[in-house]
Amino acid sequence: MKIVPMKRPSRLVTAQSQAFSFTRRAFVLGAAQGAVATLLAGRMAWLSIAENERYQMLSESNRVQLTLVPPRRGWIVDRHGKPIAINRTSFRVDLIPDRLRDPDRIIAELRQLLALTAEDVERIREGLAKAAGYQPVPVLENMDYERFAAVSVRQAELPGVAPASGNARYYPAGSAVGHLVGYVGPASAADYEKTRDPLFITPGFKVGKEGLEKTMEPWLRGTAGAKRTEVTARGRLVRELTTRPEVVGNTLQLTIDAGLQEYAARRLGDNSGSVVVIDTETGGILTMASMPAYDPNSFSDGISHSEWQMLSGNDHIPLMNKVMQGLYPPGSTVKPATALAVLEAGIDPAETVLCTGSYRLGTGLFHCHKRGGHGHLNLNGAIAQSCDIYFYTMGRRIGIDRIAAVARKLGLGSSFPLPVPSQRYGTVPDTEWKQRKYKADWTVADTLNATIGQGYMLANPLQLAVMAARIASGRALSPRLIANRRYPPQGDPLDIDPEHLAMIRQAMSDVVNGAGTAGRSRLPVEGVLMAGKTGTAQVRRITRAERARGGKFGGMGVPWKYRDHALFICFAPVENPRYAAAVVIEHGISGSGTAGPIARDVLTYLYDPAKAMATLAALEEEWGGDIATRMRVEADRWRAERSAPPPPAPVEASAPADKSASPTPAPGADSEPRE
Amino acid sequence: MSRHTSLVPAPLAQIPWRVILLVSAISGFGLVVLYSAAGGSLKPWAWSQGIRFVFFLGIALLISRVREDQLKAVSFPLYAILIVLLIAVEMFGFVGGGSRRWLDLGFIRLQPSEFMKLAIILVLARFYDMLPAGEIRRWSAIWPAAILIGLPFMLVMTQPDLGTSLMIVAGGMTVMFLAGLPLRLFIGGAAALGAALPIALSMMHEYQRNRVEIFLNPESDPLGTGYHIIQSKIAIGSGGIFGKGFLRGTQSHLDYLPEGHTDFVFATMAEEWGLVGGVGLIIAFFLVVRWGMQVANCSRTRFGRLAAAGLTTTIFFYVAINLMMVMGLAPVVGIPLPLVSFGGSAMMTVLFCLGMLMALDRAAKERK
Repeated sequence: MKIVPMKRPSRLVTAQSQAFSFTRRAFVLGAAQGAVATLLAGRMAWLSIAENERYQMLSESNRVQLTLVPPRRGWIVDRHGKPIAINRTSFRVDLIPDRLRDPDRIIAELRQLLALTAEDVERIREGLAKAAGYQPVPVLENMDYERFAAVSVRQAELPGVAPASGNARYYPAGSAVGHLVGYVGPASAADYEKTRDPLFITPGFKVGKEGLEKTMEPWLRGTAGAKRTEVTARGRLVRELTTRPEVVGNTLQLTIDAGLQEYAARRLGDNSGSVVVIDTETGGILTMASMPAYDPNSFSDGISHSEWQMLSGNDHIPLMNKVMQGLYPPGSTVKPATALAVLEAGIDPAETVLCTGSYRLGTGLFHCHKRGGHGHLNLNGAIAQSCDIYFYTMGRRIGIDRIAAVARKLGLGSSFPLPVPSQRYGTVPDTEWKQRKYKADWTVADTLNATIGQGYMLANPLQLAVMAARIASGRALSPRLIANRRYPPQGDPLDIDPEHLAMIRQAMSDVVNGAGTAGRSRLPVEGVLMAGKTGTAQVRRITRAERARGGKFGGMGVPWKYRDHALFICFAPVENPRYAAAVVIEHGISGSGTAGPIARDVLTYLYDPAKAMATLAALEEEWGGDIATRMRVEADRWRAERSAPPPPAPVEASAPADKSASPTPAPGADSEPRE
Repeated sequence: MSRHTSLVPAPLAQIPWRVILLVSAISGFGLVVLYSAAGGSLKPWAWSQGIRFVFFLGIALLISRVREDQLKAVSFPLYAILIVLLIAVEMFGFVGGGSRRWLDLGFIRLQPSEFMKLAIILVLARFYDMLPAGEIRRWSAIWPAAILIGLPFMLVMTQPDLGTSLMIVAGGMTVMFLAGLPLRLFIGGAAALGAALPIALSMMHEYQRNRVEIFLNPESDPLGTGYHIIQSKIAIGSGGIFGKGFLRGTQSHLDYLPEGHTDFVFATMAEEWGLVGGVGLIIAFFLVVRWGMQVANCSRTRFGRLAAAGLTTTIFFYVAINLMMVMGLAPVVGIPLPLVSFGGSAMMTVLFCLGMLMALDRAAKERK
């Protein structure tokens, strides 16, 4: 830099031009700065004026959290107002997958805090794997306050964990009402995607999944409340702004008698079966029990995979509502209907038929259940003794189409306008039906089978009860479940001669109170007589060789699933009937031995609950406790079996697994007439 | 003020009261915003910030007593010391927030890169002051400046501190531009920079690259880094023309706005004071910058002119980059709003700038 002094003369000139250049460039710089300042002011004006509305909304949605308050579901009560499904305040904890970080750590901590079982953890993991990110996955419901508080205070350290207090569905009668009311559960992702209703992904909100809870969902749901709260970015509540109260769902009153329903369910014991009781004045269903059943309480709380496996693997099919989905050959319970058809065809009820124990048709031989035969029987005697030969003879004379017409009038083969997810309506076969279904002509053998409720004929227990109710009342009653004051005593008179109906009623009374098949099912109630009809339906073909060998074909000696179904239909009192009922016990061996006594006790409960309860108490002691106790024992046993090495294959397992395990054996496989 | 020389003592009259008033007003407003950001409390920010302002303003007034030739004389030594300190930071520095920036001297935490923003202006002004006028269009006018800028740039970049290193380059380039280097250099340089951008991106730290990417599309990561920009825009936009009112900002008080008392203090302010407050603040800063540019224009020496314009531009960059950042016009680079944001570094730098500008202003007036 020593050259500087030497250059001084020339620098003066350039220094001036440099100063000028500086001024110019400084001006440019200043202008640029001004431009940036203008740009910034403009940008700010754009944000705060043009986009003000949008950002104000975003700021509000930051600040204000809208929480939906799931509405309390309406109660379900019985005909007397006794609760069947109610709500209990409950503390619950859910996981919101979207907000969940490090699920393994969170689940481990929750497991400790909430004392979760391995099954709970398994269920939660399954739920997390399946759930869409916004869907809450229940961790635990109905916990005590201490555990709930333990999670609540640590909420900040547990992202994605949502503790909430709310209402949980509670069914006081547990599994006794399982199939009747169904259960509730979190809405599915499909439900949410259809409606985009945020309520569907609110923790604690449940929709009906089965039974009445499902079919009456709109009536029961109510309207969600809303709570607007001011929250910080970390989710801390600052204050509540406004709340809109929820609207509780409507109460649903049923025609069901809760006490009777529970009694019937308990009385079924360990059987796989169902009981239906109908009020013959109104058609109201008093009881609709199907056992074994799942406990709707545990279903509504969320059920683990292994629990589900246990239920679905059970050969007594606890997941099926047998009242409307079990189809059975009605067996001899159809005989009153056949007899009505005989009367309607103009045949004299006094006309007798000789029963020798078998009936020859061509080369085939049809047997009566009484090997030696009943001797001479008129219509009344044929019903009371349940003589097959009488019905073969008369049925053959009047033909299937007349029998089918009367059976339909009595309700067989029809589905009823009931709020249930599904009904199977079975089969009332006739010539046209067989032609349509099998492209084959109706044979006399088909008629003979149909007269005694075998062969193609299939009905569900509800239809059998309706049949009993229609015979009892003489009116075309339609069963109903929802109690409503506006419902009049209903049902037009049946298109059947009332005198004929009276004859049948008398014959059914004789079944129980006379010298009939169900003498041990008389009501132990002073002054009340019950009329009924037994039925024992074969579930498989009996081959000639087997019959020749003799012995039992559908009794104790054969594997459970090949035993005969036991059925019983009845009504009481005999004069001016009030109640009609049907009992079906799958593989119960004998209508008079198994189904009849259950019907007797259930109807006894209506007149003398104390006496009926005493009978039940003795039985339950024998069985090993009430339903809940036995279910618990069963579950423990099942778990133990699963964890233990597989036991040697039981005898039954060697029998080929086929459809006969289901209560709907293929038509035609029931009773093979040929010898 | 010089018109009233007869009424007040000379040293007092020489102080540019108008700009001090302006700066005090900005800082005072900043304290109000910090008071609100703390939820209506002097603690933890407003009180200590106020003390800090008084302290640094005092130092700035002391600096204003320094003579121009003294400033000139310390330029190179100051630069050299800071380079040494930057190397020291690199070797022994305190790691905070993922990068080494501070040197803990026991009694004070020194952030040499902050001083470098000033030193680079002084040293370049000094360099071009020494450079013979005829050399200005030669190679010898470029490479020493390139080294003077490049060295601290690299050192600060490796800390890593993208914001500060860019400000050092920007400050240096401004002085080069004002010194009269050929325009085609800047145009060509800008073109080269555009071409080199992808390479620069690949060399950046993960978080730096993220910030740039998210700046281009903040909605791509609404819960991560893009959250800052989104929430800041919400705060500013929701304020409207007159704001939500003092102490009534929800974005800041409910913690939706991150860094609401430091880098994003402008958003906190705008939410409560609206467009009126924002534009007022922008105008106030612009007046400070305009005053600085006037000092540069009035300066009689080449050093004075370049230094004054460069220092002013440093203040300008501070404000402009921060405001562009909070309004979503620039990536989040972590540059605070001087005088308003809570924190000492930026306030110190800007007030030292002002101190030196006042010194240069005094020199220019005395020479008149």
